[in-house]
Amino acid sequence: MKHLISALVENKPGVLAHIAGMFAARAFNIDSLVVGRTEDPKLSRMTIVVVGDDRVVEQVRKQLAKIVPVVKVQDFVGQPVVARDLMLVSVTAPPEKRPEIVSLIDMFRGKVVDIGQKTLMIEVSGPESKIEAFINACKPYGIKSVARTGTIAMPRQAKIDD
Amino acid sequence: MKSKPRASAPTTKTGAQIIVDTLIAEGVDTMFGYTGGVVLPLFDKLYDAPINFIVPRHEQGGCHMADAYARVSGKVGVIVATSGPGACNLVTGLATANMDSIPMVAITGQVRTELIGNDAFQEADTTGITRPVTKYNCIVKDISNLARTIHEAFHIASTGRPGPVLIDIPVDIAVSKHKEDGPVEMDLPGYRVRTSGHARQISTAAKAINKSKRPVLYVGGGVILSNASKELRALAEKAHLPVTMTLMGLGSFDQTKAESLDMLGMHGSAYANYAVQECDLLIAVGARFDDRVTGKIPTFAPNAKIVHIDIDPASISKNVRVDIPVVGDAKEILRDLAKEVEYQERKEWFERIADWKNKFPFRYDSASKSIKPQYVIEEICNQTRNKAVVTTGVGQNQMWAAQFYRFTRPRQFISSGGLGTMGFGLPAAIGAQIGDPKATVIDIDGDHSFNMTMTELATAVEHELPIKVVILNNGYMGMVRQWQELFYGKRYSKSYLSNPDYAAVAGALGAVGMTVEKKAEVPCAVKEMLAQKKPCVVDFRVDREENVWPMVAAGKSLDEMDGLDILESMA
Ligand SMILES: Cc1ncc(C[n+]2csc(CCOP(=O)(O)OP(=O)(O)O)c2C)c(N)n1
Ligand SMILES: [Mg+2]
Repeated sequence: MKHLISALVENKPGVLAHIAGMFAARAFNIDSLVVGRTEDPKLSRMTIVVVGDDRVVEQVRKQLAKIVPVVKVQDFVGQPVVARDLMLVSVTAPPEKRPEIVSLIDMFRGKVVDIGQKTLMIEVSGPESKIEAFINACKPYGIKSVARTGTIAMPRQAKIDD
Repeated sequence: MKSKPRASAPTTKTGAQIIVDTLIAEGVDTMFGYTGGVVLPLFDKLYDAPINFIVPRHEQGGCHMADAYARVSGKVGVIVATSGPGACNLVTGLATANMDSIPMVAITGQVRTELIGNDAFQEADTTGITRPVTKYNCIVKDISNLARTIHEAFHIASTGRPGPVLIDIPVDIAVSKHKEDGPVEMDLPGYRVRTSGHARQISTAAKAINKSKRPVLYVGGGVILSNASKELRALAEKAHLPVTMTLMGLGSFDQTKAESLDMLGMHGSAYANYAVQECDLLIAVGARFDDRVTGKIPTFAPNAKIVHIDIDPASISKNVRVDIPVVGDAKEILRDLAKEVEYQERKEWFERIADWKNKFPFRYDSASKSIKPQYVIEEICNQTRNKAVVTTGVGQNQMWAAQFYRFTRPRQFISSGGLGTMGFGLPAAIGAQIGDPKATVIDIDGDHSFNMTMTELATAVEHELPIKVVILNNGYMGMVRQWQELFYGKRYSKSYLSNPDYAAVAGALGAVGMTVEKKAEVPCAVKEMLAQKKPCVVDFRVDREENVWPMVAAGKSLDEMDGLDILESMA
């Protein structure tokens, strides 16, 4: 099962190495890992998508919490969360296909962010399933390249237990 | 976070001076280390510091010394090394300490900040290399963080589940100057330690103990680390519980007591292994269900409810599903638990245990003409009246030391449990002797383990340490040979080397050396060894193909022990 784990970490050099090293050393599989600043300049938030049974994920959570510069760890499983990926995708789009593609973009509430001679760069955000669906919908036109952020998430009613 | 006092009034100091002053403020009076280019400024300040400084012959040796110093004294062991090769030589020692949760602080020099990443002379990515083998590590790139970082290192190393912490300090930080102002506040928002156990969990555990007909206390190194041996003994006595120990837990319970089941696991006692397999309640304290202890997990303690008391939440349910977890410091929890338990006679259970103990004690062929390694250890145990501090190499020597020396107090048995580091024994004996100057310290070693770090004999000689080294010289990497005998059709592939004349080596290095080839000479040789004031090496030429029994082969259940028939035939 997929678990969304959110870790608040000290914004210090070496923290990512501590975390990545722990995952590698303990043979945990991560689907994605996103790091970004938070409202507090001393802290960063990492959102990690881990696949594994409950025991494995419990170990992931505990091992993360054990790392000295990791301040707080939450597993969002079973909680209502808002989870989003952001994607930039470059799609082959000759002029005659463009209206079709643009209407597809509209359906997915995406945005055209760059227009080339034969391609369009599109920005789409949303739950992972929506991103996957958009990629599938674009495939017939030809996908040139994809850049994705991985998932970030927040619980719906900030239910933070300490 | 509590603030630490400044070592002295605010003044402008170099980084090197700050390091020395901070170490002294942390109560360091003994440390180990080896010099080099980038630590010269630090060593200059150590020149007239009130610190007993021991220089090993190799940084690995120094690291094991600091580790064993910590194990016997309960203090934090401190090791210093230079950048690059010096730091790399610490890796085995740090990993050894990390696996056994030993509080240590390692300080390494690093090349100048502006050279980092340029493949500078003697540059190594020390924090990168040591990250997986330390509890925590970091590099100091701003002198204003130096004192705080060192205080934090001591705090992290010695609290919670202890472990080694490494601080990498570039040489420009050591020579630059800083004006200290105000007290140093630790800043560790992500580091919290829970010491007192959850009251309801403790009550649940107490109820389970009171209800249990066949309980076993299973005790690991955590009890020694938390100085909880007294509390453990009080609980075992009050509730009337038999106690088995892991290799790391030896000494926490008095092995001369009838309630001691001695060591469990792969080469543990038959009575401990049977008791664990038949118990209805297993109370694990400061132990981590290592594979050398559990054997095959699905059939481990199949009838037992499991209580697990541990300071590290990540240890709980890592290998074995736990029914009643209690997270916190063993000392506090055992004390609280003792208040709620009642004495139960458990006549049948103790009779069953006594039966096993009678039937399957640790045994060897005492009628043999050759010197049996177990006999040497038994003799040492008797002559030292169970009081010596014993360090070990790794292999058969280590297992026999654990089986045949009967320990009575914590911090008496010093062995590399988790990592199983050959070469640990001699430097550990040196560190132990420095940490406990009055103790009789004996390294019970294997020939090939001793080969790995025997250069440290020179260190023992230099510091006039009366350590004893007992080489159980079987001419083999005995434990490897045993596996080859049992599982590889006696193909002794690369498991023996030609050994030097150890007595001559000892003599050349300024120690006392003896060789013992006859069984009848053993008692006298031990006596003579114990009387030595100089470091003393005794080369006991033991039976070459003796095996360690019983043995739970890898992947077998604890009660599927090999060698019981062999032991019985020696009765
Ligand atoms: C540094 C290191 N290298 C290799 C091993 C693997 N190993 C475990 S026991 C052993 C043989 C030990 O031989 P010796 O020290 O003579 O002890 P004996 O088993 O003969 O008592 C070896 C090679 C190890 N534990 N540590
Ligand atoms: Mg040997």
